[in-house]
Amino acid sequence: MQFMLLFSRQGKLRLQKWYVPLSDKERKKISRDLVQTILARKPKMCSFLEWRDLKIVYKRYASLYFCCAVEDQDNELITLEIIHRYVELLDKYFGSVCELDIIFNFEKAYFILDEFLLGGEAQETSKKNVLKAIEQADLLQERWPACWHCWSAVVICS
Amino acid sequence: MPAPIRLRELIRTIRTARTQAEEREMIQKECAAIRSSFREEDNTYRCRNVAKLLYMHMLGYPAHFGQLECLKLIASQKFTDKRIGYLGAMLLLDERQDVHLLMTNCIKNDLNHSTQYVQGLALCTLGCMGSSEMCRDLAGEVEKLLKTSNSYLRKKAALCAVHVIRKVPELMEMFLPATKNLLSEKNHGVLHTSVVLLTEMCERSPDMLAHFRKLVPQLVRILKNLIMSGYSPEHDVSGISDPFLQVRILRLLRILGKSDDDSSEAMNDILAQVATNTETSKNVGNAILYETVLTIMDIKSESGLRVLAINILGRFLLNNDKNIRYVALTSLLKTVQTDHNAVQRHRSTIVDCLKDLDVSIKRRAMELSFALVNGNNIRGMMKELLYFLDSCDPEFKADCASGVFLAAEKYAPSKRWHIDTIMRVLTTAGSYVRDDSVPNLIQLITNSVEMHAYTVQRLYKALLDDISQQPLVQVASWCIGEYGDLLVSGQCEEEEPIQVTEDEVLDVLEGLLVSNLSTPVTRGYALTAIMKLSTRFSSVNRIKKVVSIYGSSIDVELQQRAVEYNALFKKYDHMRPALLERMPIMEKTATNGPTEIVQTNGETEPSAVEPKHPPPVTQPANQANDLLDLLGGNDVVSVIQPTMPTKPASAGGELLDLLGDLSLSGGPAPAPAPSVPTSQPSFLLDGLSSPPLFNDIAAAGIPPMTAYNKNGLKIDFTFERANPNPNIAVITIHASNSTEADMTDFVFQAAVPKTFQLQLLSPSSNVVPALNQGTVTQVIRVLNPQKQQLRMRIKLTYTHKGSPVQDLAEVNNFPPQSWQ
Repeated sequence: MQFMLLFSRQGKLRLQKWYVPLSDKERKKISRDLVQTILARKPKMCSFLEWRDLKIVYKRYASLYFCCAVEDQDNELITLEIIHRYVELLDKYFGSVCELDIIFNFEKAYFILDEFLLGGEAQETSKKNVLKAIEQADLLQERWPACWHCWSAVVICS
Repeated sequence: MPAPIRLRELIRTIRTARTQAEEREMIQKECAAIRSSFREEDNTYRCRNVAKLLYMHMLGYPAHFGQLECLKLIASQKFTDKRIGYLGAMLLLDERQDVHLLMTNCIKNDLNHSTQYVQGLALCTLGCMGSSEMCRDLAGEVEKLLKTSNSYLRKKAALCAVHVIRKVPELMEMFLPATKNLLSEKNHGVLHTSVVLLTEMCERSPDMLAHFRKLVPQLVRILKNLIMSGYSPEHDVSGISDPFLQVRILRLLRILGKSDDDSSEAMNDILAQVATNTETSKNVGNAILYETVLTIMDIKSESGLRVLAINILGRFLLNNDKNIRYVALTSLLKTVQTDHNAVQRHRSTIVDCLKDLDVSIKRRAMELSFALVNGNNIRGMMKELLYFLDSCDPEFKADCASGVFLAAEKYAPSKRWHIDTIMRVLTTAGSYVRDDSVPNLIQLITNSVEMHAYTVQRLYKALLDDISQQPLVQVASWCIGEYGDLLVSGQCEEEEPIQVTEDEVLDVLEGLLVSNLSTPVTRGYALTAIMKLSTRFSSVNRIKKVVSIYGSSIDVELQQRAVEYNALFKKYDHMRPALLERMPIMEKTATNGPTEIVQTNGETEPSAVEPKHPPPVTQPANQANDLLDLLGGNDVVSVIQPTMPTKPASAGGELLDLLGDLSLSGGPAPAPAPSVPTSQPSFLLDGLSSPPLFNDIAAAGIPPMTAYNKNGLKIDFTFERANPNPNIAVITIHASNSTEADMTDFVFQAAVPKTFQLQLLSPSSNVVPALNQGTVTQVIRVLNPQKQQLRMRIKLTYTHKGSPVQDLAEVNNFPPQSWQ
């Protein structure tokens, strides 16, 4: 995966994760153009399109569009599943997630994404494990901000 | 100073802004507060401030002043700080700025941290945005973690290694030992990321590929377990166990099995099993099937398996889910060449997809349909494709029309059918037809001798209906000019001949001349057609009148033609019948037949040159034919006219006085009127009377040379001698571009010393595609009567990556055979 964008129906970016090195200006331009292109598509159209020289996979969940740019050899259908898995993770974490959750807790959305994907590829295929890791990290953050030697040996995965 | 406001509060506040200006004001205020807070080096609130900055950055506001603060957060001991710091680094830092390198040491420390979540943060950041320098410095740490028994870290290290390898491919070797027992892991996360790592290594190195082939049995086993094992709640997606892992394994198998019989055989069974047993009611099952199909088609699978794969794709085509139909069409397009017969079986379903609502699906269906057309199904397919042409979006029409012409050319069951098909395209999508199809069609019509009467009749009737579609009008005018006599004599055999008088025909043609809908090119066609009818019709006086009127037309092209035709009536009336007689059958040269239709900017010039070269006859007729070439032949040349030197040899076209002392011919400027034949320099007539220019006559083995090679633009010269005049060297330039961006608006100009004459014909295109994907060719003809050493100055102008480029160069290394 090259990047993932989450944006609202008004075109406001809610999350942008880039896995390729691009300048801020380039990122802004790509985001703007791609968002326009996708928002212009009719609801009946398919979830895949070729844009510039990228394969784009996108899906709308309520008021949010989840959009990924993948490589030529990537399987578009499984990318849809990846997107769906991410939405499920958000849903489990926030409890019936809605756009506002992602707006007000954007950093959490990033943390969850970073436990699910790394460098554009899935690092963990078990929903349970991703959520557990996030839970533990959150605890680490809240309970032991300065003293955390106690947590050194925690192993989550079975 | 009061405590900086909390992140959530800021978000809430900003969202209350009613206008962009209000929002901007709030942001600026907060940014100022954050800046002063940073200046105070306040550790307590740094994290909060950076988080707010990240939010504002996402809204589109500049946040670069927070970059160093992110680095400070990363270096902090608090986990909260690190979390936000690393996030900030990934969002704000750019690997092209040196400041990111300051992270390297922190990451190194954190990779060795006692808490796995900190190690995880470091691995994640490195694997997401690590630059090549960072990767080089830290690869060793990653490799160490790849061998740890902690699966939480191992899986992250594997993907981090993938990133390192992508950035610094030479480091791939160092990860090899660590891959030894990656696949023996039980943990799915580690398995998945390991497969990704192995895939990356195999894709990059044939040695690695050979090395890892031995893993095929193990991969097959893992895949089998996933399929056969019972319900596993942890990895289940709609009844399928860990589809992500299954897909990745299938993809790795694809790479390992390609071009290797043994591996392919070893995976045959499991592929068949997955293909037949996977549940297809949901997208996830289809995703696995899709990957399976791709694998089957790529490896050396037995034919039964391949047929199974194509049938799966065929079933996909019938799926309600348009995404599935889309991937099916894409895959079928890839396999249609190799498994043509199997794909043919699904032809009707594919043709149905032409009616789909989705644009991407329609496009693929169209491409696939054209690929499936053959002699047996041409009639049926063409009906569907023509129907599609009628109703499709404009963006498709040009490609579809070209495709129809191509298919019709290859597989037409009869000439009449062919002509009818062409008519249909011209009348329904006439304005979208590519310009270069006009000469191709004219050639086709000329060669269908027995259909002339039918063709001209149909075209005439089409003109009566509609004169707005220029390609149609141009072809029709040309035909009427050629075969008008057949039209009025009512000789049509194929259908009911229509009654039409000479006057009616002339009315139509004159109508074209005055109509606002006609382009200048079309007007040229019409006028020439009228002129030709002077030898076919009896109403010569009317024609004379029309021609003389246009002698004072504002349009230079028309004026030029009219003046010449007038001269024909007056001084050269004795030559007129010979000049305007029927065109002979044009020969298709091997190098550039109408099969080049589909290329835009294709060999327009060469195919247009053919009509200029009737077989050489006796001298007077030779001259006469040459004049015909200038008049009739030029009709079919593309709009960019080649420059011709006017009669005084010294004038040599001082169109662009670039280089002072050298006489010169430039790029695409419209031709000044070549004057009356007898006073033409012999050069011009000789040149045109030679047999097709682009066939290789007596090239006499003159070696090609590279004339220019700079900044990725390379220009080669190849040589031929123009027969029969040995004083003329015909040079073809080939321009190619090895950079990654196209060179557009490419113009090649050349100048030669005064003792030479130079003629530059039209280029094949003015875009030199990137990465040597194609060349632009252009023909130069140099007359060198004094046999002096050939020298040339060239000027190149083009646009590259948005900026104009210009360069001058001298070419002195011409091989002696080219001018001796």
